[in-house]
Amino acid sequence: MKKIIKTVGAILLAASTSTPILAAISDDAVKIGVLTDMSGPYRASNGPGSVEAAMMAIEDAGNEVAGKPVTLVSADDQNKADIGAARARQWFDVGGVDMVTGLTATSVTLAVKNIAEDKDRLLLVTGSASSSITNEHCSPNLVHWVYDTHALASGTAVALMEQGLDSWYFLTADYTFGTNLQADVAAVVKARGGDVLGAVRHPLSTNDFSSFILQAQGSNAKVIALANAGTDTINAIKAANEFGLVDSGFNMAGLLTTLDVIKGLGTETAKGLYFTTGFYWDRTPETRDWSQRFYERFGAMPTMIQAGVYSAVSHYLKAVEATGSDDRATVLAQMRKTPVRDFFAKNGQIREDGRMVYDMYLARVKAPEDSKGEWDLNEIIRTIPGDQAYRPLSESQCSLITDSNTTSH
Amino acid sequence: MFEIIGMSPQVLFGQLLLGLINGSFYALLSLGLAIIFGLLNIINFVHGALYMLGAFVALLGLQWLGINYWASLIIAPLLIALLGILMERFLLRKLYREDHLYSLLLTFGLALILEGSFIHWFGISGQAYPVPDALRGGYNLGFMYLPTYRGWIVLASLLVCFGCWYLIERTRLGSLLRAGTENPELLKAFGVNVPLIVTLTYGVGVALAAFAGVLAAPVYQVSPVMGSNLLIVVFAVVVIGGMGSILGSILTGLGMGLVEGLTKVFYPEASTTVIFLVMILVLLTRPAGLFGKEA
Repeated sequence: MKKIIKTVGAILLAASTSTPILAAISDDAVKIGVLTDMSGPYRASNGPGSVEAAMMAIEDAGNEVAGKPVTLVSADDQNKADIGAARARQWFDVGGVDMVTGLTATSVTLAVKNIAEDKDRLLLVTGSASSSITNEHCSPNLVHWVYDTHALASGTAVALMEQGLDSWYFLTADYTFGTNLQADVAAVVKARGGDVLGAVRHPLSTNDFSSFILQAQGSNAKVIALANAGTDTINAIKAANEFGLVDSGFNMAGLLTTLDVIKGLGTETAKGLYFTTGFYWDRTPETRDWSQRFYERFGAMPTMIQAGVYSAVSHYLKAVEATGSDDRATVLAQMRKTPVRDFFAKNGQIREDGRMVYDMYLARVKAPEDSKGEWDLNEIIRTIPGDQAYRPLSESQCSLITDSNTTSH
Repeated sequence: MFEIIGMSPQVLFGQLLLGLINGSFYALLSLGLAIIFGLLNIINFVHGALYMLGAFVALLGLQWLGINYWASLIIAPLLIALLGILMERFLLRKLYREDHLYSLLLTFGLALILEGSFIHWFGISGQAYPVPDALRGGYNLGFMYLPTYRGWIVLASLLVCFGCWYLIERTRLGSLLRAGTENPELLKAFGVNVPLIVTLTYGVGVALAAFAGVLAAPVYQVSPVMGSNLLIVVFAVVVIGGMGSILGSILTGLGMGLVEGLTKVFYPEASTTVIFLVMILVLLTRPAGLFGKEA
């Protein structure tokens, strides 16, 4: 009997000393999940490089925040919504995961978002392109970090229109992402008095673009814009090069171009290509420092998405440290309150609709004779201020914004 | 100015020529598949991966050993043929007595392993292979600009395709091959080493895939998935032409390239499906394929 009382007493004592103050960090650990495409078309721009970047952020925070260890898990969502959703549910239910980053295909992101809302966890989306996830599909559980279709469209289209390149022809991937991207860009072109001379919709994963390139050439448009991604962009640019379009004065614009695509093409083929990006490794001393560290660990320079993962995870960990909590609302409020200031974003701000707004850059691929090294691929032409790149809140359809507007009226 | 079916002759001829170029790849690949199916009765799903491997042999040969394009055009098919012979000797041979499905699954699995390994080693975006100096530039044909290299593709693949056709249909070796297809037991009775013929045939079939891979390297990105993108279409071509028909697969390959080229102008969204549409129509009307013999 005495023994039982002693034991119960010890348990009570242990419970009472460990629960207060630090109770704010669940399971005595901060757990981060990286869910992304590890084996498909977006492996190079996201994939293992994103996991490596998250690991760097955790190590740079000393592997612990607020006195608790930080752990990392990662998984391949295979760009399939059901697989991604099942894994996220498992992480939230039994894995004790507090925050998920990565999130590449928009379909996966939207599926995981519903679960994160149910379980009240946080998503820091770095890979998805569609601007709808902070517009009509916005959520209090989600922050969109690196880029979106609106920023890509306005960045590249505005810059090229200002150079007097006012007639456009589109090669568009025939699914939601491609048609959305084309619509966003066409709207900017028309609003500024430009002409859209035509568009051809090609199936996803087209091998040979020569026919489409000849059709684009026949339009005599000044800009041939590629509303596609990954291997489709690569094959389209190769065909344009082969048929001498760049040399005969056509301007190619890759609307979604990541560093791995340029590396894969080489400057000989991709030279002169315009695109909008959220990050380029060789822009400032800070970006060079961090990218060099990444390169030494990973063997490739980071894409904007991989650099964004580091930025997102670091900002998250700082907020956990400051609040001593891993509660979704507490941490997110702290993340909103503090501007994102690191090598990635100069003065990033997380808006009410979940969009992290920061400066984007218009880049052009260098000619081979100007490239001084294996990774010396792009030059930054100009900075696009964040408030011009991203959709203004006044045009937002996000319920978090429109609801607060109606209540204030 | 006159127009043909709603388009200027310039555009039409341009697209037809492009279709012919793509058709050349279809012809080379479907020829290999047809030869292998004809003699071995194997649906060779690893064909696309070997095509990819051929392109990679050229790329890595250039990067690591400085082997130029022309040498690769010979070396890559030989290496891949050797690999194919090993595969036939140690893996496929054990399955000849089993149902078709077993060899299909085996070759499909091999394709997945090869592609997965190359994605692991080289990433999904792949790398570019430079066009050889002698074939740079192009000709203005009046109705379109023809890059020299594309012209070379048509020429090279037509030569190889009809070379194979001649070998199989018009030489003594070819007649042995065809006899082996008809009745291997009887051929054995004449003292012919049938298993050796089978092994060599597989080697030749996959060498054609590697040859197509090297041809494709300068125009398409050399990437681990380049084969799987193409293979399903090529299988449809083989079905349309008639499984195992040599001339059928060559002509159908070229023809389907043309059909696809025209679709890319009139209704680009359907350009990757049109071949399957043709396949369905052919299967409904001539189940053995356009050039196949009715069983």
